[in-house]
Amino acid sequence: MAAMGTFAEAGADLEFIDISKRFPGFTAIENLNLTIPAGSFFALLGPSGCGKTTTLRLVAGLEEPSAGRILIGGTDVTQTKSFQRPVNTVFQSYALFPHMTVLENVAFGLRRRKIDDPLGKAHEALRLVELDHVAARRPAQLSGGQQQRVALARAVVNRPALLLLDEPLGALDLKLRRQMQLELKSIQTEIGLTFLHVTHDQEEAMTMADIVAVMNKGEIEQMGAPEQLYELPRTAFVANFLGQSNLFTGPVTGSTADAITVDISGRGIVVPRTRAQRHAGEVTIGVRPEKLLLHIEAPSADAGTNVLGPGRVTDVSFSGVSTSYIVQIPGLGAVTVFAQNMVFGPVVNEGAEVWVSWTVDHGFGLEDEPAHGSRFPADSSTNAIAVQRRADLETELEGA
Amino acid sequence: MAFAAFASTDAAVTKPARRASTVALVLLLPGILYMVLFFLTPLISLVITSFQAELPGGDIGDYIPGLQWQNYVDSASEYLPHILRAFGYALAATVFALVISYPIAYFIGVKARRWPLLQSLMLTLVIAPFFISFLLRTLAWKQILSDESPVVLALKAVAILPADGHLTGTPFAVIFGLTYNFIPFMTLPLYTTLERLDIRFLEAGNDLYASPATTFLKVTVPLSMPGIISGTLLTFIPAAGDYINASRDFLGSSKTAMLGNAIEANFLTLQNYPVAAALSIILMAVILILVGVYVRRSGTEDLL
Repeated sequence: MAAMGTFAEAGADLEFIDISKRFPGFTAIENLNLTIPAGSFFALLGPSGCGKTTTLRLVAGLEEPSAGRILIGGTDVTQTKSFQRPVNTVFQSYALFPHMTVLENVAFGLRRRKIDDPLGKAHEALRLVELDHVAARRPAQLSGGQQQRVALARAVVNRPALLLLDEPLGALDLKLRRQMQLELKSIQTEIGLTFLHVTHDQEEAMTMADIVAVMNKGEIEQMGAPEQLYELPRTAFVANFLGQSNLFTGPVTGSTADAITVDISGRGIVVPRTRAQRHAGEVTIGVRPEKLLLHIEAPSADAGTNVLGPGRVTDVSFSGVSTSYIVQIPGLGAVTVFAQNMVFGPVVNEGAEVWVSWTVDHGFGLEDEPAHGSRFPADSSTNAIAVQRRADLETELEGA
Repeated sequence: MAFAAFASTDAAVTKPARRASTVALVLLLPGILYMVLFFLTPLISLVITSFQAELPGGDIGDYIPGLQWQNYVDSASEYLPHILRAFGYALAATVFALVISYPIAYFIGVKARRWPLLQSLMLTLVIAPFFISFLLRTLAWKQILSDESPVVLALKAVAILPADGHLTGTPFAVIFGLTYNFIPFMTLPLYTTLERLDIRFLEAGNDLYASPATTFLKVTVPLSMPGIISGTLLTFIPAAGDYINASRDFLGSSKTAMLGNAIEANFLTLQNYPVAAALSIILMAVILILVGVYVRRSGTEDLL
């Protein structure tokens, strides 16, 4: 409960217990169990329509769960009205009050809670986001980035136990987004609040958050530190939503104390036992494109490396830091390779015959049943996300 | 050479602007002509009439041009009760219409958003009274509120109204009639602003510890101010000059006569044109001043 006249002592942890949310016609969240530790920067990552914004609105009290309980700092807030929860939101649309000055916008929450010296504290919060010089202006007179910072100041000034960020950087250009990411992160470290950040931008989630939860179709697919999620994805969805992956499916043919061997169209690929979720039957294994090495000649067989090839380079695209190659290997399909640009120009050209290799320790095995591989067909493609975003934008524009 | 280059650019920049203003002027011409003919001319004639003096020894209704400032002082003091009633009743009717219309407009514009059919149906119901003449509707109310009507008998039966009480001819009936007649004018502008109200602002208010009541006062009301201003103006201005509701033939009596009734009587019955003209000018001036102060003080420049 948001106490009158005082701030929350520190960030609080957030707990979801068996939360479900059903809308007429579809289920947004099914049986969600989640604990976000106090003081952490938690990112909820997923494609549009995966239920992440609904999750956020449930915490803010803007939606009511169909079942389950929500605990903030150990207190059950499921029945608490949104204005009584010790939670503040930075809205995707910012939702700055157009009829108030920037300063009054920031002081709004303080005034409602009858906190001493609301204007002084509002100025302080605006200094934090380096916008005190525009305190007297109206939100409409600010740029998108400035409005975003005002929205952040308006939420942070209340020192909520839990700060919710609903894709707040979505409307900013790349450079401003980088800058705001750093700023957000430093504010979080400085004031020690619990941040719950919802985004579909995997890079943003990975750079900012301590813990990332990848959400798909109303369920959390995998949760953990960004490096852990990236290096050891557990499902095909995570492997493809968080960065790119080369995935292969085949039966397990051999197994030792610390590794399993998978038959990938005739070649034995070795994956460490600890990095594989399933150790028998048909399994899907994967490796990140930047872990792959290109060879112009067949590399000598080595116990510590997996080799695939020969294949033909069908596409070379230069992206500054690295060059990405698409290699068609007969019987396997396309394999993507990212190579650092250590020399000028691509090392190999289109049409070249190449082999790819990677250190055994870089491979990972997924827990999905290969038959269920089609469980995530549309959602994982960036195209589907783009279409969904466009539809969302259109409905939003219609509503405005 | 260099100067010539500058000169030519200058001309190139100014020319299209001048052509545009000529076009605008031509397009405005019919409107300006109309205003001069049907607003400015009658207004000047009204001002001239208001200063006319009585023709010594002339008939009733004979006046000569003059500069009788006295007309204003005389009519204002003689009809002060009418002036006060006009603005008092109009104010009361505006307040009541606002209180009644806001929830209706809020329901149609915000709550019923998900059901466009219900929205249009309710809007039609708000406008429906316009399908019947204003006079007929007011006469119907006279019937409903008359002494022998079931309404009055019922009120007498439960002793809300004393045994010798009336509804027609009282300030209550006049304000009631004004409120009733102007509710659509209040509801429609309110609806148009509330219909565009972004629900996300209300969510932001709730998120920032404002209870629903506080959110309404601090967010919804200020954001719907353009609608409140235009609705109140559309109600107050015509209501202040109204002479139907307060007329003895409709809901009023001589005790409830408003400024409009005084003007009507002076123009048509007493044929005291200078007084009628002076009263009209007074009505217009007071409305202009009140509206000017009101719009300025409400501070809706950024929202309009």
